[in-house]
Amino acid sequence: MTILANTLVIFFISVGLLFIVVTVIGLVRLPDLYSRSHAASKSSTLGVMCILLGVFFHFWLNENHFNPGILLGVVFLFITGPVGAHIMSRSSYIAGVKPWSGTVRDDLKEEFKGKLKNKKI
Amino acid sequence: MSFQILLNIFLAFLLMFLTSNYSPSGFVIGYLLGLLSIVALRRFFKTRLYIGRVWSVILLIFLFIKELILANISVLILVLRPKLQMQPAFFKYDTELKEDWEITLLSSLITLTPGTVVVHVSDDNKSLFIHVIDSNDINETIDSIKNSFEKAILEVSRS
Repeated sequence: MTILANTLVIFFISVGLLFIVVTVIGLVRLPDLYSRSHAASKSSTLGVMCILLGVFFHFWLNENHFNPGILLGVVFLFITGPVGAHIMSRSSYIAGVKPWSGTVRDDLKEEFKGKLKNKKI
Repeated sequence: MSFQILLNIFLAFLLMFLTSNYSPSGFVIGYLLGLLSIVALRRFFKTRLYIGRVWSVILLIFLFIKELILANISVLILVLRPKLQMQPAFFKYDTELKEDWEITLLSSLITLTPGTVVVHVSDDNKSLFIHVIDSNDINETIDSIKNSFEKAILEVSRS
């Protein structure tokens, strides 16, 4: 039973670490802000969630201490992660951050044409 | 829907008082019997039964988790590939959803799907502007995925 519990804990924490390392490599390698927000929003959300789940299982199965606060933290991350990525990429588009030169299509330019003129950015 | 849940809890308390069994198990038994009677009387409600909606919410949660894991695997492959092959694009997607919470849910679902981040929601709530990381082969599959998301959300909000 302890072996099973430890396997579960080690699995979750190592998967979380893997995804956080992927996030960091993505932040360094990807060319512009918008594609970096892909790596930052998805992998870091799942990575931190997996680490929190591992901690939860460790305290529940090995130490007999059920801590629902950790589960609330998982749900909170699940809700706020994508919204944070959305807000950051939207505000940087409005502030005038240029997309990478390889960007193929840009429908947003039409949408924001009037607004950007009004704000005189 | 909330009326049906309230009615079900009321029926559970009614059975607890009838049998004078004031324990959690008494509540559960009363709730299940009340659920049976609500299912039997479903013709008299104007909206559909709340059980179906609860079931579609559960399906939506599992869809969310599955998409999160798939998205992370695709980001992992993209980042660790020795040569970066990507064609980012912003494209416009017209949605049929009306309510604010539906659009919020759809955009956070799209943000967690492989290779897409919602950048802007237009002022009339009719179209989403999505940044996609690889536009040449993903466009059509993304459309099909989003149709399944929209269908799942519409399934929840259908009265």
